[in-house]
Amino acid sequence: MNEITGYERETGSFGIRNHVLVLPTVSCVNGVINRISREVREAVCVTHAHGCGRGGPRDVQILFRILSGLVHNPNVAAVVLVGLGCEVSNTKNLFPLIQEAGKPVEVFNVQEDGGSLLTAKKGAAAARRLLAEVHTQKRVSLSWDKLLVSMECGGSDAMSGVTANVAMGALSDWLVGKGATVIFGENTEMIGTTHVLARRAKNEQVAKEIEQMIERAEKLSKDIMGNLASLVISPGNMDGGMSTIAEKSMGCIFKGGTSTINQVVDYGEMPTERGLILQDGPGYDGDSMAGLAASGSQLMFFSTGRGTPAGFPTLPVIKVASNSRIYEAMKDDMDINAGSLVEGKPLDELRGEMIDRMVRVINGEKTKAEANGMEVFTFMTVHPPF
Amino acid sequence: MEHNILVIHPRDNVAVALRTLAAGEQATGKEIAGFPALEDIPASHKIALRDIGAGEEIIKYGETIAVSIRDIKKGGWVHTHNLESRRWKK
Repeated sequence: MNEITGYERETGSFGIRNHVLVLPTVSCVNGVINRISREVREAVCVTHAHGCGRGGPRDVQILFRILSGLVHNPNVAAVVLVGLGCEVSNTKNLFPLIQEAGKPVEVFNVQEDGGSLLTAKKGAAAARRLLAEVHTQKRVSLSWDKLLVSMECGGSDAMSGVTANVAMGALSDWLVGKGATVIFGENTEMIGTTHVLARRAKNEQVAKEIEQMIERAEKLSKDIMGNLASLVISPGNMDGGMSTIAEKSMGCIFKGGTSTINQVVDYGEMPTERGLILQDGPGYDGDSMAGLAASGSQLMFFSTGRGTPAGFPTLPVIKVASNSRIYEAMKDDMDINAGSLVEGKPLDELRGEMIDRMVRVINGEKTKAEANGMEVFTFMTVHPPF
Repeated sequence: MEHNILVIHPRDNVAVALRTLAAGEQATGKEIAGFPALEDIPASHKIALRDIGAGEEIIKYGETIAVSIRDIKKGGWVHTHNLESRRWKK
């Protein structure tokens, strides 16, 4: 019934998609990527705003980790890497990191390959070559312990923490029970729940890392927002019935279920443990998704109550509506209606529906965000450019 | 019968109103015999599942989310007027 399949990679990981990724090293060559994308529709062409102009060690670390992490993502079968030549994350610097993934990679540089038009032509030809190559690969039987499923929430409403995240939490527990790994981030949305998350840590070291992560998130929100930091729990939240920051954050972290927390990973870092994992990443959806994808997640569940259509280029994102109104109003964007819990559907039945849908998506069925092309790719920086 | 409240975790002493409940209306949920709402409970707000004494923990998601600052009767509205954050007390 729940048989799942995927594509085996050189390193022993398994993808549930077989994408040819066309990736720029730096925003300067985004136009080249856009030209390739118009010519080779089946390739996953992403653009971004980074690659240079931020020299701090943390920003450089994130830049390399996210770009190489996207290449390593198991859903990516092969890569066309397009660089400029003089950027920080140039192809020479990136190549050693992406080579470890053992995937076919073709590299071009606009300054060496004849300018933008010629590079686009070469890049498009390479993308076609790689597509032909990867299309010969067959799906094979996949075990649940090869899956890293990410849980995300965004555009939340008062019901997100009552319906959608509760259902996703039940699913997370089911997945961990099957041997899969579940990961979620959004450290700002953990503020006030240190006592809960640290207690569930597998050992004292992990508990300490959880405490420090949440402390940093709280300090950062105070440093940036000053007196406005109290808006982390806003009057609107209170009108919706949230009485404390702990209550609001419980609604967020519940999406990860109740399993033991085995590891805290940095933003975009790949877990080495299994079970439930926390990522020290930001609450902003776009940035958070990139971190989770770079951590190697092949599939994401994403709850929303106000309704966001956002998906991600290299992974299927299953949208879970927290209320029936938004599910109906944005039917083309929503995959699951957790609002049905309010109408009396038992949680077990909803979770069963989510498992069925998940199995079909793993086996190739497109999510709404995939079908609609709603990909977003952006990632975190800590400093402004210079 | 229509379920108009949801208990998220078996340990919880509050439930979530799935729609606005009027004072006197029967609150009903899965495995919960009806009991009257003592006052209006706005949609997505909390209703007490049992009497909660002053100083007792408010449990939702199976976890402590606040501490009550006055006695709350079963069926009462649980919000910022009768609880405080334990976190802010420290």
